[in-house]
Amino acid sequence: MSVLVYIDQADGHIKKSSFEAASYAAKVAGQTGTTAEAIVLGKVSDDLTSLGRYGISKVHHVADDQLNTMDSKLYTNAIVQAVESTGAEIVVLSHNVNGKAIAPRLSARLKAGMVPGAVSLPDTSAGFVVKKGVFSGKAFANISLQTSKKIISLTPNAFTPVQQEGTAEVVPFNATIVAPAVKVTATNKVKGEVPLSEAELVISGGRGLKGPENWGMIEELAHLLGAATACSRAVADAHWRPHHEHVGQTGGSIAPNLYFAVGISGAIQHLAGVNRSKVIVVINKDPEAPFFKAADYGIVGDAFEVMPKIIDAVKKLKGV
Amino acid sequence: MKILVCISKTPDTTAKIAFTENNTKFATDGVQWIINPYDEWYALVKAIELKEKDPSTVIHLITVGGADAEPIIRKALALGGDEAIRVNTDSSDSFTIASQIAAVAKEGGYDLVFTGKETIDYNGSAIGGMVAELLDLPYVSLATKFELNGTTATINREIEGGEEVAEAGLPLVISCQKGMAEQRIPNMKGIMGARTKPLKVVEPVQVEALTKIVSFELPPAKAGVKLVPADQPEELVRLLHEEAKLF
Ligand SMILES: Cc1cc2nc3c(=O)[nH]c(=O)nc-3n(C[C@H](O)[C@H](O)[C@H](O)COP(=O)(O)OP(=O)(O)OC[C@H]3O[C@@H](n4cnc5c(N)ncnc54)[C@H](O)[C@@H]3O)c2cc1C
Repeated sequence: MSVLVYIDQADGHIKKSSFEAASYAAKVAGQTGTTAEAIVLGKVSDDLTSLGRYGISKVHHVADDQLNTMDSKLYTNAIVQAVESTGAEIVVLSHNVNGKAIAPRLSARLKAGMVPGAVSLPDTSAGFVVKKGVFSGKAFANISLQTSKKIISLTPNAFTPVQQEGTAEVVPFNATIVAPAVKVTATNKVKGEVPLSEAELVISGGRGLKGPENWGMIEELAHLLGAATACSRAVADAHWRPHHEHVGQTGGSIAPNLYFAVGISGAIQHLAGVNRSKVIVVINKDPEAPFFKAADYGIVGDAFEVMPKIIDAVKKLKGV
Repeated sequence: MKILVCISKTPDTTAKIAFTENNTKFATDGVQWIINPYDEWYALVKAIELKEKDPSTVIHLITVGGADAEPIIRKALALGGDEAIRVNTDSSDSFTIASQIAAVAKEGGYDLVFTGKETIDYNGSAIGGMVAELLDLPYVSLATKFELNGTTATINREIEGGEEVAEAGLPLVISCQKGMAEQRIPNMKGIMGARTKPLKVVEPVQVEALTKIVSFELPPAKAGVKLVPADQPEELVRLLHEEAKLF
């Protein structure tokens, strides 16, 4: 019996959300008196022994080239084989783009109860109960897993990884792999940008910015801070910004350390996607904008006057 | 071609979120119900678009729920679709719901099963993947674009910081999100027509739930906003740096 964490990677690099999942898995293993092992699929260039720093004792690596891109069926098959060989009772994954495809398959295959989008460690005082976000960030539900095998997919940026000394033992794992049914033919990545779902800092703009030509100040501030950019639905619908930047109830749901909203009214549907952010800053010229009720810091003022000064102050702080 | 579109009933996006019975039940008093936006705007409209291209396409809608889900499924039929199936069981467990859909899908021999990317109440993103696994079919999640060329589908799906383009043969299970299609408003003809479209009620297959919701909680209230005067934006930067330690 152990805890198995699936480590997601892209282009050979372990995703930040998977370090969170690894550290979470190690904590769950500690709670349940066992060890945490990891499964990695496809070719990786990162040093897998470094997962030891997140509390992983052993890494099972399937270095089959057919696994270099994600096919949910293949990945599920490989992970199930690792579950069988390690005797794992609990599988942890990140609730990221790939986790959302794999975790439900694992749940159905293993007849294992699943918590999609966990936000905290399990409560094992009575049964096995894990908290997750529901109603699009407006509430939480405590989910009891009633099966012996359990799947937890962890919301990105909801759990701060703990680092320690240690190296993990890396062993090749021979999983039986068949040809994928879903063949990836191209990958279109927005170059040089911080992916929104992984970002710790997010600068976001709304219709108050009047038009796409005024996004320079959003991008400049984001660039200075190493932040990702986001927008309201109104902005994405008007095609001022690409769809993947749209956050809210019907767009991306994010939980960064900072959500910096400029010229966004803070409609309930918008808040639903961002209200798990640790700190919310609102710049809006309307003191009655609903967003101020959800904010930690704010300026009631015209974005076109305030933003250049903020950018200057950040430049001064960063010495650029 | 036959398409099965999964439809879920969710509270309106502006519904007040509160709980009763010692925080174990969602307070439904005064709540307006809608079709889960991802199911409606993207999964259903995409299916309708495919039928517009190939009129021989048959679209079935499926919902798992009690009789109170019927107004929602009629609303969906007003947008499009040939007939609807309601699996008559009340359920709060994703695996139970997915098992019902998989049972119907197996009988129906569908080429495509569409779901929304998630429901806006449970936010599970689970049904599509579970249905695919139960049917042993390929699954592409979080799709932003879908094109069909004969029996080969080209699908764009979200990845961190971009999109991936993939090809797969049918049958397939797809979860749909923004980009797949444009939201539509039902017209009078659709609304009238929906009244006479068949709505079949089927009894559930026996399945054991894997999870149970034990309680709900609301997020802790915010302490209140700290306002910085508009003529001192550098003070905001100082606070974010020194007090909130964000950068
Ligand atoms: C079913 C449903 C789902 C939805 N899902 C989403 C969703 O996922 N995400 C989402 O964002 N929305 C969603 N919406 C839409 C939402 O209700 C709002 O309409 C939308 O968020 C408004 O975007 P906005 O704040 O950018 O624009 P507006 O509401 O137009 O607000 C612009 C704000 O900018 C301020 N402003 C104007 N000029 C300036 C200036 N010079 N300086 C500073 N501030 C200025 C104004 O005071 C105002 O507060 C949804 C709606 C529905 C019905």
